[in-house]
Amino acid sequence: MLNNQHKGRSRRIKEQWIKALFFIVAFASISVLALIVIFLFMEGLPIFSKVSVKAFIFGHYWYPTSEPPEFGIFPLIIASLSVTVISSLISIPLGVFTALYLAEVASQRLREWVKPLVELLAALPSVVIGFFGMVIVAPFLQDFLHISVGLNLFNASLMLAFMSVPTICSISEDAIFSVPRELKEASLALGATRWETIGRVVVPASISGISTAVILGMSRAIGETMVVLMVAGGAAMIPTSLFDPVRPMPASIAAEMAEAPFRGDHYYALFATGIALFAFTLIFNLLADYVSHKYRQVGASTL
Amino acid sequence: MKTKGLIITAVIAVLFFGANLASAGNLVITGSTTVLPIAQKVAEAYMSQNPDVKISISGGGSGEGMKALIDGTTSIADSSRFIKDTEVKQAVDKGRYPVPFAIAYDCIIPVVHPSNTVVNLTVQQLKGIYKGDIKNWKEVGGPDKKIVIISRDSSSGTYEVWDEKVMNKEKVSPAALMQASNGAIVQAVSSNQNAIGYIGIGYVDNSVKALMVNRVKGTAETALNGTFPIHRALYMFTDGWPKGDTLNFINFMLHPQKGQKYVKEEGFVPMY
Repeated sequence: MLNNQHKGRSRRIKEQWIKALFFIVAFASISVLALIVIFLFMEGLPIFSKVSVKAFIFGHYWYPTSEPPEFGIFPLIIASLSVTVISSLISIPLGVFTALYLAEVASQRLREWVKPLVELLAALPSVVIGFFGMVIVAPFLQDFLHISVGLNLFNASLMLAFMSVPTICSISEDAIFSVPRELKEASLALGATRWETIGRVVVPASISGISTAVILGMSRAIGETMVVLMVAGGAAMIPTSLFDPVRPMPASIAAEMAEAPFRGDHYYALFATGIALFAFTLIFNLLADYVSHKYRQVGASTL
Repeated sequence: MKTKGLIITAVIAVLFFGANLASAGNLVITGSTTVLPIAQKVAEAYMSQNPDVKISISGGGSGEGMKALIDGTTSIADSSRFIKDTEVKQAVDKGRYPVPFAIAYDCIIPVVHPSNTVVNLTVQQLKGIYKGDIKNWKEVGGPDKKIVIISRDSSSGTYEVWDEKVMNKEKVSPAALMQASNGAIVQAVSSNQNAIGYIGIGYVDNSVKALMVNRVKGTAETALNGTFPIHRALYMFTDGWPKGDTLNFINFMLHPQKGQKYVKEEGFVPMY
């Protein structure tokens, strides 16, 4: 009796220790995130004593080292957004259709082979993709399309699409594959063809997962640094065509941070650009969260 | 288990390097990527003659080197520009007194694709091209092709020299492609027939064509005697007048038969 009681107590204590341990671990990663955000704001906000928020965001000229300097990141924001949108136009159809094929059409054996291969694309280091874009794709675009610069918006978007396809494909494939079997069987039993089943039953049922995949893929594209640094061209102007060079925010930060005088205006402006970038990725993540909750498929019976 | 092993290795590495930094007989050199190849060569030679001294070298840029000097995490900061007023002020606030040593001259050469027929441009023409006023190669005696301007990032030391010696503080056209390193410019110019770029003399190779400026060819002599218009000094900064190993290294660096020999080997212009 006493022994049992003792055992119970020691089990409870052990339980509490483990609980505390898990709390500390979870708290550590959150506090690291918080510290980084605080640091980002601390180093970025001082620039707004020199330029107004409006002039910073909507200014058309980025000449951080001229006398007097100009800190307008509008061309940088437009560059980041256009690169993201165009790469999504390429990567979403590729990723989602590959996922549909793998989950619904391909044989089990083929699926087991192809899915790891697509995921392997994500294992390619971004610097390798950037190098490929710079050395192979850029000269090819120049010669093939007779354009003056191969390092441009289109090239960067294409390379970024390569990087987001695995994310989009892998997550949407999981979502599509987990659509309850009964739904598909019911649809087929009602006389729908396979194509109709995919289009009207499978896709609507997995739309929340697919949307999450798409948004995560896009947020990967907007935050990607190495590829845009190497292949986007780096001209801080608002692009007027698909083949104009652009300078997305991460490329600007990466290229200039090393040489910016420590705690100078330029340094602060780069951190403020980081805040803008953080805001965009945060919006993407919140959107992904919202979409995945709103359109969640809850069980087979609700349809 | 694997991750745990990794973490332990990382912790040991940090402790080890941290301890290394403090102990004698070790030098840390960091800063400008332009100075990096010189520093690397000279450090290798120095270490082979003084096996008890360990030198660790990294790049990262002139600003990064100054930051490290101000923070006291480096013994020598490489820089492709002179120290800025704001940096001096921060250093003094922390009780540090940066001392400059000019170690080499760097000559910045405009380059074009080897197929381009243009051989010479004046500083005025270069300025016109980079401002965006001259848009076609035929305006400067070349083929009827649009000029693609390639520049270094506006925060690099190389850009600063270009800005000062060529642009005369006027702005480079926003349409210019910005590249993050000398190597990237060589790569971009060599793969684009319409491109013009500018690089340190040490990076000129057969894949691009060096242009004359004001009819002067960019060489060691023309940079030193001042006839080639686009050149600058490269520096190493120490905290206070150097002592011990740092002093020995700087002396080695500036010796005409020792360090300066490697400056020349790397394609820069020696001071002595």
